[in-house]
Amino acid sequence: MKRILLQDTNGSLKKELRDFHVAFSSYLRDNNLVDKAQVVLVSDIGVYNKGIVAKVLPEGFIYVNLNSANIAEIVDKTVVKGEKIDALSFEKKNKQMRLVLRNCGIVDPESIEEYIAADGYQGLANALAMGPEKVIEEMKKSGLRGRGGAGFPTWMKWNITRGVKGDEKYIICNGDEGDPGAYMDRSVLEGDPHSVIEGLMIGGFAVGAKHGIFYIRAEYPLAVERIQKAIDVCRSKGIIGQNIFGSGFDFDVEIRLGAGAFVCGEETALIASVEGLRGYPRPRPPFPSVKGVWGKPTVINNVETLANIPYILFKGGAEFGKVGTEGSKGTKVFALTGKVKNSGLVEVPMGTTLREIVFDIGGGVLNNHAIKAIQTGGPSGGMIPSQFFDTAVEYESLQKLGSIMGSGGMIVMDEFDCMIDISKFYLGFCVDESCGKCAPCRIGGTQMLAILKKISEGKGEPEDMVKLNQIAQAMQKASLCGLGQTAANPVLSTMKYFEDEYKAHVIDKKCPSCKCPSLVVYSINKERCTGCSLCARNCPVNAISGDRQSKYTVDTAKCIGCANCYEACKFNAIVRQ
Amino acid sequence: MVVETLKDDVKAVIERWKDKEGNLIMILHDIQDRYGYVPREAALEVSRQADMPLARIYEVLTFYNYFKLTPPGKFTISVCLGTACYLKGAPALIEEIRRLLQVDEGHTTKDGLFHLQIVRCLGCCGLAPVITVGHKVYSAVKRTDVMGIIAEHKTVEA
Repeated sequence: MKRILLQDTNGSLKKELRDFHVAFSSYLRDNNLVDKAQVVLVSDIGVYNKGIVAKVLPEGFIYVNLNSANIAEIVDKTVVKGEKIDALSFEKKNKQMRLVLRNCGIVDPESIEEYIAADGYQGLANALAMGPEKVIEEMKKSGLRGRGGAGFPTWMKWNITRGVKGDEKYIICNGDEGDPGAYMDRSVLEGDPHSVIEGLMIGGFAVGAKHGIFYIRAEYPLAVERIQKAIDVCRSKGIIGQNIFGSGFDFDVEIRLGAGAFVCGEETALIASVEGLRGYPRPRPPFPSVKGVWGKPTVINNVETLANIPYILFKGGAEFGKVGTEGSKGTKVFALTGKVKNSGLVEVPMGTTLREIVFDIGGGVLNNHAIKAIQTGGPSGGMIPSQFFDTAVEYESLQKLGSIMGSGGMIVMDEFDCMIDISKFYLGFCVDESCGKCAPCRIGGTQMLAILKKISEGKGEPEDMVKLNQIAQAMQKASLCGLGQTAANPVLSTMKYFEDEYKAHVIDKKCPSCKCPSLVVYSINKERCTGCSLCARNCPVNAISGDRQSKYTVDTAKCIGCANCYEACKFNAIVRQ
Repeated sequence: MVVETLKDDVKAVIERWKDKEGNLIMILHDIQDRYGYVPREAALEVSRQADMPLARIYEVLTFYNYFKLTPPGKFTISVCLGTACYLKGAPALIEEIRRLLQVDEGHTTKDGLFHLQIVRCLGCCGLAPVITVGHKVYSAVKRTDVMGIIAEHKTVEA
């Protein structure tokens, strides 16, 4: 029995997909092959913009750009004979390596049996047999560093917490993935909940914590549901509870929900939120490893970090350490999105270059436009321009470029993305999410945003760039927590690499990417205009007038620069500059 | 809005969480799951039954974006404004919804049918730009699709 998964990967072929599905099923029925194949419509195969796509399981063949003419061949060759049809196949160049996502899509996330069959909870069993010191020793060998962004060595974090005296300790899984444009943690929590629980338990055992807490965004209901189910089944099987595997180790886990505050990804704010308070960060020291939840020593690890741990304890730290580079071991999952052909999650060994990720795995830029920059690290990160695309991805190398590894958002920007507009977007996010406790972040962010807004409206002055720099420096040095300290990074990195664009806005009053509405002038090329009136009908402010004979014109005084006409025109007659 | 069962609802929720420290956020989540928002009467009831100052409850309610203090519309339209959606044209979608429904972000249409909210990231950036109406997800939405999506829900209603 084969399973054939179907998806419309363009998002616009709803009807075609339905027809294809019906035709496929009928063909199977007409040829008495109904028990040979089951056809299922799914929402995400992992291939994008390739028309109707079919994935044949268990072989995993992927066929793209299908139409009803291909059905007979697929059934005759693949369903009946199990052969691959090369002409229809889609081959991903395999520069990827799945460690964190090893079980996602392979193991049923709601079946503990499947997880155990995939060597699940072996790492925990090994850890319990080794004793805490050896576990930390093994983690040291692995060289694993925190995947939440800062890259602090995990073994060191555990060792510090282990060394703090206290009868009660906590370990928290930080699942407050608030970074816009990143969704690795959601995928792991939803796709492989047991590996995160196992990682959390190993961590708990190593630091001497009996209580585990999952802190998960309320916006991820499925992740919460899957983790809760996984915890319940572990409890019923004795994997969570008293005297686990006869080792004398007791451990219990509970879930606490976030409630939509980006700042709660910061350790001290997260702790406040777990305690049921407003998510305000507080000055450190004391660090959470000394004084965390309810004043007890607490270690906080990110979801992706924890998902690595069962593998390390199962295969050994040395084996894990073979992957990656000198300073950054293992793999990193990136959410590759933006103007890229194949967007989605990619997992690559550390040391892979940005170019390989975007061009070899991502298939290059959407619509073959020119690439302008790659953004990593979300609102705390920076823009990396094309001259640095051969940089190997590592914690230090990205930092040198003024960005960060961050939690794993990787966003491709093309020539039509305005750097001032993007900086405004990121800074706007941080201003919105600033908790308001400390002045540098609360006031600095707002002021910087006001200046950027001014620049994008064509009212910028040369001193504004100096001011932006000064405020950014102050925010970096004086803010209380990571949010404020890094909020200015997108602005600083764009000013560093795209100074010309700032100058174009400030001095020439032009937006080179034609994105900032006040700086773009629209007009209509009479030669190309066919007088179809589509532009006029799409104009929300009635700024376009004319008729079939005299063609159409834009009243620039009325125009608000919304670009509706530009998108609507089928003859490229709208000119913007 | 006062529901007959409000007292008992709150009692049940508090009963469920009473042994856990720092339970306020979880209690409020349960209440919002039940009513779609946190009515003032419920907050007062929590204050009474859990012996907690009302200010302490509102301090939390107003800090977190997720908690709603007013009843949502029948359908909540969430427009994702994560980075990927932003780049791929989410602002134009918001503009279009505003124009068609005459409603601002965070508000509900006069007929109580649609509530427009802008969310930071729905976590499916590969499908950008994304909007959800209720639990239904629309991916790779174009400005011209918006009218159809709204109409789809209006007809369901009618």
